Amino acid sequence: MQDRIKYWKGIEELENAPEFEKHAHNEFPEFLPVSESNAEGTPATGKTHRRDFLKLLGFSMAAVSLASCEAPVRKAIPYLNKPVDVEPGVPNWYASTFFQNGDYNSILVKTQVGRPIKIEPNNLSSLTSYGTSPRAQASLLGLYDNNRLRYPLIKNNEADWTKVDKEIMSRLGKVNGKVAFVSSTIISPSTKQLINEFGSRFANFEHVMYDANSSWGLLSANGGVIPGYDFSKANVIVSIGADFLGSWVAPIPFAKQYIQTRKVSSENPTMSRHYQFETRFSMTGANADVRVPIKPSEEAAVITAIYNAVTGGGSSAASISNAAAVTAAIKELQANRGKALVVAGSNDPGTQAMVTAINRALGAEGTTIDVAAPYYTKQGNDPQMIRLINEMNAGSVGAVLFYNANPVYDHPLSEKVASGIKKVNFTLSFADRVDETAALVEYVLPDNHYLESWNDFEPKKGYLSLSQPAINPIFTTRQMQESLLIWSGSNTDFYEYIRNNWRKVATGDFNEFWEHTVHDGVLENGTSMLLVNTNVAPAAPVIKVIKPTGIEAVLYEKAVGTGDMSNNPWLQEMPDPISKATWGNYVAMPRSMAEEMQVVQGDVLKVTMPNGGVIELPALVQPGQAPGTVAIAVGYGRKLESMPVAIGVGANAYPVATVVDNTVFFTGPVKLEKTDAVIEIAQTQTHHTIMGRLIVQESTLAKYKEEPKSVTEYVRIATHEGPAKPATISLWDDYEYKDHHWGMVVDLNSCIGCNACVISCQAENNIPVVGKAEVLNRREMHWMRIDRYYSSNVDMETKDLGVVERYDKMEDPADNPSVIYQPMFCQHCNHAPCETVCPVAATMHSSEGLNQMAYNRCVGTRYCANNCPYKVRRFNWFAYPNNEKFVNINTTMQTDLGKMVLNPDVVVRARGVMEKCSFCVQRIQLGKLEAKRENRRTKDGEVVTACAQSCPTNALIFGDMLDPESQISKTLAREQGERAFHVLEELNVQPNVTYLTKIRNLA
Amino acid sequence: MQHTSPIREPLVTGGKTYHDITEDVCRQVEAAPNPRWAAAFGVALIGLAIFFYSVYRTLWFGIGEWGLNKTVGWAWDITNFVWWVGIGHAGTLISAVLLLFRQKWRSSINRAAEAMTIFAVICAAMFPVLHMGRPWLAYWVLPLPNTFGSLWVNFNSPLLWDVFAISTYFSVSLVFWYIGLVPDFATIRDRATGPIARRAYSFLSLGWTGSAKSWSRYETVSLILAGVATPLVLSVHTIVSMDFATSVIPGWHTTIFPPYFVAGAIFSGFAMVLTLMLITRVVFKLEDYITVGHVESMNKIIMTTGSIVGIAYTTEFFIAWYSGVTYEQYEFINRATGPYWWAYWTMMTCNVVTPQLFWIRKIRRSLVLTFIISIFVNIGMWFERFVIIVISLHRDYLPSSWAMFYPTWIDVGVYVGTFGLFFTLFFLFVKFFPVINMAEVKAILKSSSGVTHHGHHPQANVIHGAATDSNTNTTHSNE
Repeated sequence: MQDRIKYWKGIEELENAPEFEKHAHNEFPEFLPVSESNAEGTPATGKTHRRDFLKLLGFSMAAVSLASCEAPVRKAIPYLNKPVDVEPGVPNWYASTFFQNGDYNSILVKTQVGRPIKIEPNNLSSLTSYGTSPRAQASLLGLYDNNRLRYPLIKNNEADWTKVDKEIMSRLGKVNGKVAFVSSTIISPSTKQLINEFGSRFANFEHVMYDANSSWGLLSANGGVIPGYDFSKANVIVSIGADFLGSWVAPIPFAKQYIQTRKVSSENPTMSRHYQFETRFSMTGANADVRVPIKPSEEAAVITAIYNAVTGGGSSAASISNAAAVTAAIKELQANRGKALVVAGSNDPGTQAMVTAINRALGAEGTTIDVAAPYYTKQGNDPQMIRLINEMNAGSVGAVLFYNANPVYDHPLSEKVASGIKKVNFTLSFADRVDETAALVEYVLPDNHYLESWNDFEPKKGYLSLSQPAINPIFTTRQMQESLLIWSGSNTDFYEYIRNNWRKVATGDFNEFWEHTVHDGVLENGTSMLLVNTNVAPAAPVIKVIKPTGIEAVLYEKAVGTGDMSNNPWLQEMPDPISKATWGNYVAMPRSMAEEMQVVQGDVLKVTMPNGGVIELPALVQPGQAPGTVAIAVGYGRKLESMPVAIGVGANAYPVATVVDNTVFFTGPVKLEKTDAVIEIAQTQTHHTIMGRLIVQESTLAKYKEEPKSVTEYVRIATHEGPAKPATISLWDDYEYKDHHWGMVVDLNSCIGCNACVISCQAENNIPVVGKAEVLNRREMHWMRIDRYYSSNVDMETKDLGVVERYDKMEDPADNPSVIYQPMFCQHCNHAPCETVCPVAATMHSSEGLNQMAYNRCVGTRYCANNCPYKVRRFNWFAYPNNEKFVNINTTMQTDLGKMVLNPDVVVRARGVMEKCSFCVQRIQLGKLEAKRENRRTKDGEVVTACAQSCPTNALIFGDMLDPESQISKTLAREQGERAFHVLEELNVQPNVTYLTKIRNLA
Repeated sequence: MQHTSPIREPLVTGGKTYHDITEDVCRQVEAAPNPRWAAAFGVALIGLAIFFYSVYRTLWFGIGEWGLNKTVGWAWDITNFVWWVGIGHAGTLISAVLLLFRQKWRSSINRAAEAMTIFAVICAAMFPVLHMGRPWLAYWVLPLPNTFGSLWVNFNSPLLWDVFAISTYFSVSLVFWYIGLVPDFATIRDRATGPIARRAYSFLSLGWTGSAKSWSRYETVSLILAGVATPLVLSVHTIVSMDFATSVIPGWHTTIFPPYFVAGAIFSGFAMVLTLMLITRVVFKLEDYITVGHVESMNKIIMTTGSIVGIAYTTEFFIAWYSGVTYEQYEFINRATGPYWWAYWTMMTCNVVTPQLFWIRKIRRSLVLTFIISIFVNIGMWFERFVIIVISLHRDYLPSSWAMFYPTWIDVGVYVGTFGLFFTLFFLFVKFFPVINMAEVKAILKSSSGVTHHGHHPQANVIHGAATDSNTNTTHSNE
């Protein structure tokens, strides 16, 4: 019966009309007016009627247009159950910690609706309060990096964690030979303890730490720790090749200490004197009072001379090319015993042992070196790593795990590391992407980003801090520590593990203590938790002099560090503090060498490295580079798909480093050969001297002490009544400010040129990254920039030169120039030239002194930018958020993941619109609203711009100039007529930004 | 009506009659396109295609297609703008000022010169719109009532003054040109044979009857418009110069700019008129109407204005030195010796040196040399604007921001493209509109043709013939 049940398609089928039969198998019903004339072999008879054709055409057109009208689906799903504390538009802050490659920052993570959008300093930390490093600011982008691994890989195939855990646990149980855990420096007490516990399960386990920018020499000379330098207590600082403000050991804490000795006022006109003997021009050298370019091979002589002098072993300064400076330094060191500090950048244990001896002889220990609180930010052990590499190649290593380590890229013996990995049975990397090392290993188990992780830190003995997740893991990644716990068979997660660990140092009720510590982010009561290997045989103070065999090259770090942040567009586009070059590395050479080789900037050089490898890099003529030497930055020349931002940017210079006596030296002999090719270097500043202009002012401490009113030159306009201040002669009515008058003070004495403000501004204000080609077109978008001027041998007063020739010569920097930094951004002029010229009034003055941009109103004539004497306005030449040219460059706007970093309080600007510094008007507005809710004025320090907030040396003071109690008002009152000046005061544009004259402590 | 000295050179040569004039001028309109015209028009269309392509790139991708940067925010765009506006000056000067001064030699060249003005202003007007980041919002520079609230334009901005100046100038020039065309359109209408031509010219001639009343009003309107247009000759470039003069940039912030710009505009405008007229007169065989005498008169003006411009250049240097402002001093030294020295010296050579050759009568009256020098002046005046705009901007106050400007192919394309636009319009004009103002040339024929009319009967007959030939002109020819 059932077989016979029939369902009809319709009444027609039931009736079985002949008409239906005819068309039943015809796909297109008869009313379709188009006949396929050739379908049945009949010639084209044109049965289709014109009218039918037009009807169909009309229908298709209408249908197509209707279809195209459909709006794209945009998913904006509201919370069904709103989480507690998440209020759209109201940010939350979480205390956390950034630590990478020696760069330690205690931070606050600002989140909006669950998305971390900004890194801010944690002012409760005594090491890094009120300021961050540029890398800490930029680390945020790592979270939203589209090229992070989204799942674990087994032999390059996607896997799930259950499978991974099963496989690994069974394989780890069967390991033959040594189990090696290779990492960069770990300052997490809990992580280190966990690794040790994990290792205790194996018969032969070794935790090897190495640093791509190693400080082994320093460690081995000081019993495995970095001496607790305290620059703030030093009257005399002598640095031999140590870039302690930029990349050496712990730059941000050092910068904060250092700047305490550099801030002056007429009440307290004292400054430290800073001598810098160095090969390349470092940011630290730029801040020195006396900078002496020396070859790496001359460092020994300088240190020996100092050593001999301070330990009373006679003098040998005669053999040094710059004997006078060395003698002067020695004299000052001796005169300031107990208030002097000598640091050296060399990685030679013998050299560092001598420096230690020098400091000891100078009585630094206990004064400028806090013996009780050494730094832990570098712990890498070169001999141990090299031994492991050899063991791997010898086949005695059964398993190797890489954590925060990429030795195939950043170790000078990278080829041996690569060959060694092939001989190890079990290889694993916790890298967040398939980097050079991860590409060779069997398991890649992506670690969480630090903003997704719990962790603890001890950068300096007795200074603890925590990191906490500010967001759930975005991908199916897992924190390395969780993996180790699972593989160890533990049931606790790492959060519990840390808590248990911290019970040891807790006081009072633990939960209360824990809540409090997580909230504060730091614990600085002197307790120490980190296990550090202090069992290091002290090196003998014997300097290893490496006889130069060619041109001496030194390696250094630029913004992307050792390559660990290569895929970060903010850092790639961050101008180098000295060369102002973005996107890539180059061979920095002194002018004498360039002239000798007949090389001009951009000429490509073939660089033959000590290992025989050849890289091609453009030349950059660098004033101040020691004669006969070159400097090349590491961290470039990436080729892997996992770092598309860095592909094609520069070349890998790590092989320049040489290994001597199992220690990595970041110098090496190179051969240079000029080629015909040219690679242009994208600099944000191409004119390097001040041209005798009164734009940035400097004076000497001696002069300042004598008469504080004499250090700044003020422009006066000649009138019939005698010279007058420019501001007193005006065609314009002045604005009246009733409530607030926002302003900024820039202390040129404090600015070290680090660029933290630049990146902070970029993050806060959704500033696009434009890429190398557009930087070459001079179209970088940074609202904030740090102008760097070299001194020249010729100035306006130079006689014996014609006016044309004099200007021509003024363009050339001196061979060893002094450097002055000038942070430059919108000056928020009270008589703004931009405001008068805009035809549509898109830029206008606020009632609180701000020069405002109404992006919506801007039609893009660029007249305002032309008429800006400070050239701080930036134009959207392209649609950076969606022009295909910027896909791998402006990642924060081009990818869905990247967009999560955008600050919702700041609009992303459209193509064709002018933009510029707004004094972070969104922050001002927020501060005012909060004050208004409490029915009071904003308090000083409540509203602070992103740049001022991030400046590690507090060179930028932002505030309300109508509040007499504000720091800015007090500073201005104090410095009026002394160091305070406006740039281009003679134009009478009356900026709201005031600069304070730089004072140099010249000998 | 007016006495003409017998020693004054005739303005119309070749013993032309009224009828000849009608024939010579209308022939171009009525005959089939001349192959040389077709070829030239084809080239102009290619230029127009380049214009459209370059504009497409600019509009689709953004101003980044050009070579501008954070320091040099204007370069070829505004250079081209000022250059074209400058060229557009001669037309009004010739029509209005020379009309007021009763300079009769203007009558054979004013039509083409006015057309050139209008097309040059059209080309010029492209740039203020195209150079905007968001040109689709260009109407925001107009003080229109709007729904944005109390949003108004910024009357302080010289760019806004520019909008008014250029639009006023364009409208007045257009009306002036068109009014002048009306009687000639009527002549063509009356001669037209084809129905389309008859209708089209009938529409264009606004029902001109040629009655005495019409002529009287025509003359009055011309005079009024000349009066209105004359201040514009001074105002337009004065205001354009204020884009620069009211700014704070060294090299721009200069009180000398208004007169200097006006002189420069007349200078370049006359040069362009000469360039075009010398070609037109050959192509359309109008040698008898555009005589060597005309050329010489114009060359004298070029020489005068060229000298004024030269003095202005020198004065700028003097003031830079005398003011004691270091930024200003550096700016001018940089002009002459900096990275763009070649642009400065090109300008000096073309604008100051070459026009001085016109002191020599032979050169002044040599058509070939005049043509060459007119090209030089055109080049020189383009570089003058380039020098002012780019060299001033590229090294202003803070050396940290100093930069070079390098044009892209799109920059070149837009500029070359405006030539395409200009010549497309110009060639359409010479083909379909009377190139020479027949009515006005006829008016001066009696006094300035070099032919004695008294007692010369055949001549008189011809005059009569001309009158009947174009009966609308009867009144006029009897004037």
